[in-house]
Amino acid sequence: MTQKIFHDQHVTQLSPKTEPPPHAQRESLAAEIRKLSFWYGETQALKEITLSIAYRKVTALIGPSGCGKSTLLRSFNRMHDLYAGNRYSGEICLFPENHNLIELDPFMVRLRIGMVFQKPNPFPKSIFENVAAGLRIQGVQNKKLLSDRVEQALRDAALWEEVKDRLSQSAYGLSGGQQQRLCIARALAPQPEILLLDEPTSALDPIATAKVEDLITDIRNRFTVIIVTHNMQQAARISDFTAYMHLGKLIEFAPTGELFTTPQETLTRDYITGRFG
Amino acid sequence: MPTLPSSLSPAGPAGSPFRASKSFLRRRALWGSFAGGCLLIAAASSVFVTLGIVYVLVTESMGFFAQISLLDFLTDTQWTPVFENAHFGVMTLVSATVTVAGIALAVSIPAGLALAIYLSEYARREVRETVKPCLELLEGVPTVVYGYFTLLFFTPLLQTFIPGLEGFNMLGPGMVMGIMILPYTASVSEDAMRAVPSGLREAGYALGYSRFRVAMRVVVPAAFSGITAAFILGMSRAVGETMVVAIAAGQNPNFSFNPTEGAATITAYIVQMAMGDLPHDSIAYQSVFAAGIVLFVITLTFNLIGFFLRRRFKEVY
Repeated sequence: MTQKIFHDQHVTQLSPKTEPPPHAQRESLAAEIRKLSFWYGETQALKEITLSIAYRKVTALIGPSGCGKSTLLRSFNRMHDLYAGNRYSGEICLFPENHNLIELDPFMVRLRIGMVFQKPNPFPKSIFENVAAGLRIQGVQNKKLLSDRVEQALRDAALWEEVKDRLSQSAYGLSGGQQQRLCIARALAPQPEILLLDEPTSALDPIATAKVEDLITDIRNRFTVIIVTHNMQQAARISDFTAYMHLGKLIEFAPTGELFTTPQETLTRDYITGRFG
Repeated sequence: MPTLPSSLSPAGPAGSPFRASKSFLRRRALWGSFAGGCLLIAAASSVFVTLGIVYVLVTESMGFFAQISLLDFLTDTQWTPVFENAHFGVMTLVSATVTVAGIALAVSIPAGLALAIYLSEYARREVRETVKPCLELLEGVPTVVYGYFTLLFFTPLLQTFIPGLEGFNMLGPGMVMGIMILPYTASVSEDAMRAVPSGLREAGYALGYSRFRVAMRVVVPAAFSGITAAFILGMSRAVGETMVVAIAAGQNPNFSFNPTEGAATITAYIVQMAMGDLPHDSIAYQSVFAAGIVLFVITLTFNLIGFFLRRRFKEVY
């Protein structure tokens, strides 16, 4: 397994010997996965993944079904801890502190890392309260501040114009695509350090998908985004870096343009040319 | 005109194909309508029984309402059907019914909700699968057992805390009934909570919610109408319950909302009359049916509300 070295000017691949000082890491990396393995009970789903997540860039995880890309994504906010029998080893280091989030309290990790799921899952509450939910748990009570940040999050999620006149209505009155953008707004409102998107458009029609892709492109310079997608064109359109995974291993990681035009590994080439997957 | 590739053309008959004879078709149709008819009769019988009950209640109480005005029936505060100077204020019985059912709900709502949240959100699978059958076993206990349990054990126990408590009272039966309807309330609301998709819970956890916050802010609101329906069904059960109150709340019609006093509920009155020998066309006999109609209307109302709420909660997600 080889891993391509970044050529992007803002991003430097860390090597274990010459670690840059913490502030330099902050310039470049939001997180780094080091030799992460994961087991569902006896089944090993991730095998010693090592991967860097660029700060305020979009990193896409692609690969065939069962390759572990969603498992990897869900490790970032410790979703696996909700179910018995799951086990991690290795590190996911969050910068600038360089804390291994596998060893932190999962509830604290989730306050820092937002997530959007495959299916839209708004709470049975008003549109406003859905977006405010993450702010309330962080202790934001000031009404003005709450409504400002709800508005900002809805603008970021490109939903504000559609819902500004019905913020107090139930979220279930929205269309599927709107509900998904509402979930994105809900995840964005607390200003997460990393935003995890788990196939966010797989339940949406092409127009709703385009809207979500546009908004990801719009927020890419302000948020660190990791997106799992089945759709290679989507990864090519919206991501800065792409990681190709296969059977729990990271096969290749490169700037998106390079990975899709000059893949170095046979497995990657076969997958992106549609030979399997 | 485009033609299909030869591989897609209709297959020729292989062997001797099945051709239905006329008698085969006739037998088939006959059996079909016979089976359908039997099932229709089974389904219709429940409707006819209900209609029959309504018919008996209405016709028998017609004679009653011919002599007692509806206004007196609903506003008088005395219920003395067998006295010389008979009074028929059904609110006397309704007050006891409402008080006992209210106490039952006051016990059952917090206990049932806590139990349901525990089973649905906290308990491991093995725990849940042990506790739930035990809970549903409560339903199998004969109500007469609950009645004597209340009269001989629970009321004396309460009397050590509450000095003024009468031997026959509404508090004891109400509380025991609150436990008795737990199989309805806790079990049905737990089903409603477990029907909440796990994606909704994960959304809560992903925002940093604690387990308790997920339960209270996500699961309970999402299952709200199912939970409400569970309690309304439990309530209608409590209103219709007979043996516990007949044994432990006394049989003295008493217009009172004071739980420390004894009072006859509608059901207790009906069972009391049924055990005496009343002349068939006396006004006292007919009053049983008038009281029955009131009971019927109360439980029907609750059941209908529960039905509509349950239907709504199925559509939520």
